[in-house]
Amino acid sequence: MLFASYGFIAFIAVMLAAYYLTPARWQWITLLVGSYVFYAFAGLECFVFILFTTVSAYIISRLIEREIKKENDYVAANRDTISKEERKAYRARAKKKRFHILLWGLFLNFGVLAVLKYSAFAVSNVNSIIALFGAKTLSLPSLIVPMGISFYTFQTMGYLIDVYRAKVTPERNPAKLALFVSFFPQLVQGPISRFSELGAQLTAPHRFNAKTVSFGLQRVLWGYFKKLVIADRVVIAIKTMLDSPEEYRGAYVLLLILLYSIQIYADFTGGIDITVGVAEAMGIKLAENFDRPFSSKSTKEYWRRWHITMGSWFRDYIFMPISVTRPMMKLNKAMAGKFGRVAASKTVAYIATTVTWFVTGLWHGAAWNFIVWGLLNCLVIMISEALEPTYKKFHQRFPRLTESKAYSKFMSVRTFMLMGVIRSLDCYGNVGLTFALWGSMFTLGGLGELLSGGIFELGLAAKDFIIVLVAVLVVYAVSVASVKGSVRERLYGRPVLSACLFGALLIAVIMFGAYGVGYDASQFIYGDRFR
Amino acid sequence: MKKRVIITVCASLAVVLILAFLQSLVVPKYADNREGLLVGEYYAEAGGHDVIFVGDCEVYESFVPAVLWEKYGISSYIRGSSQQLVWQSYYLLEETFEYESPSVVVFNVLALKYGEPQREAYNRMTLDGMRWSSSKIGAIRASMTEEESLVDYVFPLLRFHSRITELSVDDFAYLFDRPKVSHSGYLMQKGIDPMDGDATEEGRELLDYTLPETSMEYLEKMRALCAENGAELVLIKAPTNSWRYWWYDEWDAQVVKYAEEKGLAYYNFIDETEEIGIDYTTDTYDKGVHLNVYGAEKMTEYFGRILEEKHGLADVSHTEAQAAEWRTRVDEYYKERNR
Repeated sequence: MLFASYGFIAFIAVMLAAYYLTPARWQWITLLVGSYVFYAFAGLECFVFILFTTVSAYIISRLIEREIKKENDYVAANRDTISKEERKAYRARAKKKRFHILLWGLFLNFGVLAVLKYSAFAVSNVNSIIALFGAKTLSLPSLIVPMGISFYTFQTMGYLIDVYRAKVTPERNPAKLALFVSFFPQLVQGPISRFSELGAQLTAPHRFNAKTVSFGLQRVLWGYFKKLVIADRVVIAIKTMLDSPEEYRGAYVLLLILLYSIQIYADFTGGIDITVGVAEAMGIKLAENFDRPFSSKSTKEYWRRWHITMGSWFRDYIFMPISVTRPMMKLNKAMAGKFGRVAASKTVAYIATTVTWFVTGLWHGAAWNFIVWGLLNCLVIMISEALEPTYKKFHQRFPRLTESKAYSKFMSVRTFMLMGVIRSLDCYGNVGLTFALWGSMFTLGGLGELLSGGIFELGLAAKDFIIVLVAVLVVYAVSVASVKGSVRERLYGRPVLSACLFGALLIAVIMFGAYGVGYDASQFIYGDRFR
Repeated sequence: MKKRVIITVCASLAVVLILAFLQSLVVPKYADNREGLLVGEYYAEAGGHDVIFVGDCEVYESFVPAVLWEKYGISSYIRGSSQQLVWQSYYLLEETFEYESPSVVVFNVLALKYGEPQREAYNRMTLDGMRWSSSKIGAIRASMTEEESLVDYVFPLLRFHSRITELSVDDFAYLFDRPKVSHSGYLMQKGIDPMDGDATEEGRELLDYTLPETSMEYLEKMRALCAENGAELVLIKAPTNSWRYWWYDEWDAQVVKYAEEKGLAYYNFIDETEEIGIDYTTDTYDKGVHLNVYGAEKMTEYFGRILEEKHGLADVSHTEAQAAEWRTRVDEYYKERNR
């Protein structure tokens, strides 16, 4: 069921009514049933996989819990009879055992994800190599990729790791865990929630509160505005250019980078607004996934503000663990002796960063363009890190310049463009082609053609660009206004203005949204990719 | 809290009113494509007809109810629209029986060739004009192409919202009222564009000449519906046979067989143009695809005789009020024809 569909809107209306009509202590069951009904729209065959993740996570988490309890009981019972060293050794053995149990959980679930999502990519690469030797290539039956598998797998594995680290108490009610795994608003495109933040909220009773519900619905409306008025309109021109990328070189590449940046922002943040809004209307607060990312002044900052929950997941569950693995510690120690502590720790950080970005790229899609996209992000971050002392010197030398607003804007625009260029790997979908088209930006002009009417031959007329421009300005204005605090909260104190603005927003979505017959309503980019 | 509730209610009402106004503004007025207004015009004249014609453009361009009344005293109405599919004809007929009980229902068989919904634009031209009823819902459900949704029919604003950037003077001129375009469902075309060399071309060969199962099912449903309502179903094929809308002998044979099996009358006028008196150098407005008003008058006169002689409509009686209404309609018809 697409978020941008009448069916979804009807589903939300029914869910909200059912949720608040259910006695408070049973509301979570309504939510679970609703989530499974929502999931059923994606195909009943997908159920097998989400149930597998739920059941396996439940068993593994309970086994880990049992081991933790056993360990604690043993230590408590033998506090006076065993030495500190013996206790330490016992705990280390117990931790190892827990780790093996955790590994089973990770192996099984990431294994399913790998087979379903990445086996075709792996086989195609193997076939490319085999073909070089003229041998018979491998074939693979077509596999389904269940909706939201990347999101719920990562979220659930995060839960297992947290249970292993004893950061959260495992859920004892399998149905409640099932709700955490399948909570429907975030199934399509995240955010990737933590059990410590979401688990209790999902099962807690929520009484109807007009303010909460209206805030949630306002956020949903805002999401639809971004998605339907901006993203789904801009996508028409993007698709035209992507249909024959060889024809749209030079300045068109620059235009595509700009439009795609607008589209992905409006699409992804719009989708998250809908997700967060639906949850909010039910009294559930989901983690925020964006914090005005296009105002970032560096790549590193950008990745702290864009897809925040994904970034923090990779930081906590990939980067950090890799950084403290035994081989890394050994490497750190060895290098520290020869090259100094700074160089050693930087080397370890670079290796962990590279692995993390490789996995991040792979997570975004089973294709080389995503891997290269991840590694380029990594490269930019590492170069920025390496050049940090030079920047510092420059900033100290020209304090008036670097502290000026203009310089600050320059840094934001630079980061925006840099991220946009790298991001275009994502839409062209072919590494070689993307590099060639980047080159064309410098070798071929095309600007004259573009400005002399070519821009209006991409499927969007002047009026479409005006609609997009006005909508982008509205989004920008709200983004700036939100720096001082919640816009909705401030409007709440002015009900007439609030009613006028949200009424106008609803009319704008209906009148200027690119939906219905004649428009190819695209799915949310992240939802489509992360099935 | 009370103040907030009042503001919310008022704002909601204001939004609904604005959206209702915008809906009136953006829905197509069919000022250029007059066919889009045909179905909706029926309700002003609903009731008391002896004959109801159903079908596609071949009915609303081939028969003139005003002439049928003038020459034979038969009251009739055409419930036809562009590329009207069989199931649309069925549901329009079902709806018609809610308003009246005609003695004869005439169905043009050309649409039997379509077994699936065709184009959304044609669907809208037929369905938007229908009043809301179970028949309309049935017609929509049967007609929707993959890209369509029932919600878009309930709230046409959701379908036509993008026209907000394409509004014309007509959208304001016909904001609340639509112009009357037909004469009891007949859409007058006075132009003359003779059949040219293309006329000798025949339709291209088909892989399969079987008429689609769905169309035949709806034809059967239409027959049952007529039987249930005491009306005689008469099948016809209008005389035009352009290569663009070729009526194949193989299709004709299937209709003949069906009519024989069910005891229905079937008239294929394609080969009777000489008897009818149709001259394709003067009686068509689009190179022989459709008849113009001069051809339609000849066709109506010819068919009126058949209705009178073979379908018991020789001595139908009408009230004085009906007769007065028809006199007005006939006057209006000739006023436009001779303008």
